[in-house]
Amino acid sequence: MSVSAQGLTALRAPGGWAGPVIDVDVHVHVPSIRTLFPYMQQGWRDFIVERAVGTPPSFASVYPQNAGNVVRPEWRPENGGLAASSLELVREQALDAWAVERAILNCYWGIDSVRHPDLAATIARAVNDWLIDEWLDRDDRLRASLVVPAHTFADAVAEIERVGSHPGFVQVMMPVRAMQTYGRRNWWPVYDAIVAHDLVMGMTWGGTSEGPPTPSGWPSYYAEEWAGEQGVFMSQLTSMVAEGVFQRYPTFRLAVLDIGFNWVPSLMWRLNKEWKGLRRTIPWVNEPPSQIFRDHIRFTTAPLDDAPPSESARFLRWLGEEMVMFASDYPHAYPGDYRRFLDALPESARPKIMADNARAFYRL
Amino acid sequence: MKNYVVARTDDVPVGGSISVEVNGRTYGIFNVGGTFHALLDRCPHQGAALTRGACIATIESDTPGEYRFGTSRTLIMCPWHGWEFDIETGQSWFDAARTRALSVDVNVERGEDLAAWLHESQQTGARLPGPYIAEVHEVHREDDYIVLVLPR
Repeated sequence: MSVSAQGLTALRAPGGWAGPVIDVDVHVHVPSIRTLFPYMQQGWRDFIVERAVGTPPSFASVYPQNAGNVVRPEWRPENGGLAASSLELVREQALDAWAVERAILNCYWGIDSVRHPDLAATIARAVNDWLIDEWLDRDDRLRASLVVPAHTFADAVAEIERVGSHPGFVQVMMPVRAMQTYGRRNWWPVYDAIVAHDLVMGMTWGGTSEGPPTPSGWPSYYAEEWAGEQGVFMSQLTSMVAEGVFQRYPTFRLAVLDIGFNWVPSLMWRLNKEWKGLRRTIPWVNEPPSQIFRDHIRFTTAPLDDAPPSESARFLRWLGEEMVMFASDYPHAYPGDYRRFLDALPESARPKIMADNARAFYRL
Repeated sequence: MKNYVVARTDDVPVGGSISVEVNGRTYGIFNVGGTFHALLDRCPHQGAALTRGACIATIESDTPGEYRFGTSRTLIMCPWHGWEFDIETGQSWFDAARTRALSVDVNVERGEDLAAWLHESQQTGARLPGPYIAEVHEVHREDDYIVLVLPR
């Protein structure tokens, strides 16, 4: 067992964290497009077979399954199948391993890279119905993000209307790379639906856009793209704050997943600083951006940035104990020793990080 | 409190400002729609002269894309970092509770009154002439004058 896997399993070892755990980011994967056949009409099954449609392309580009950071070696199924692709695997490797009270499933399958709008909507519906049947209905500990065909706003809204009231869905997954920044008013119909169904917007890793995956152009290498994704998250948060999403929707809740939190305090400070002098250009932003973060946005522990635990604890102090929720990011292979991290935190912060913040934010 | 005659009202156009020095400190005199206000001419942030900034109207909004444009130039924008201050109260827009420019009382006096008071002050010392001291004897009875009210 690798040191990093020990980081998560050791969490529950004697002397470790004994309180409740809510894991807000457990990834699950659709084993094959044929898995979804029971959830679509025969005509779409035929379409998929006739055209040899497979897994949407951005699943492979966002999460290349053989890359060392995408799946921990010990979490690769022995039969060579896809990691995190069955409830049995996920129970054994994650839910039971760190004894969750609740876990939120996030299924990024690259629906954003399906250009056929009706096929994308069909696949989104099928994934959501599969999540209900194969996951939510089978384990009371589970909650999930519903997926939407985000290229067509009306279809995204329709899908939220269709399944958004299912008690298992607590969030709408929106990949961080989108065809428009998330502050743009074109998204308002989607946000109307999210808010009306009392759901959280979960901004996750991945997605494809009409343009390059960074704000300033195309990365050349996988490592470059991986590390650069943080900039995309920063751009999206800046957009949503500046363009007034949180003023338009006073109850809007945004979970920022897959990207840690050490980078956040500096962004908050920067936004506050610029807002003081440029407020007139965005007059709807009538409070300091840092206050908007505190009232509306939460971040996750994963991936714990490669800092000594005492330094991460310092970042958490700047950010606020209420702002971060525990996430394993299963089955990804981020280094990080959660036990040492927790040990470095003030005692008051530990139950908040491990469960209370998520319970309050997602109303679990 | 002491009163300092610092300018004629005609010296400060509507929507504009001038700076005056009294006892070694510089004050900004602003004309907001015909009403005069004074601030210490020094941004509480890093000390820029506020009178070098623009007098601007408020812009407020309750929701993205909707604007309520103020009709009067009631704010001064610091020329260095764009912080906005209410000219009347000195309070900043972004942190009204804690960050403010120093506001100073200002009055407008009629020239004929002023001439009488200035004459009296030579006896009592209650009112000191401002930068207009050289012109005290030329205070025109038909003009209006701006008077700063300072602690000393």
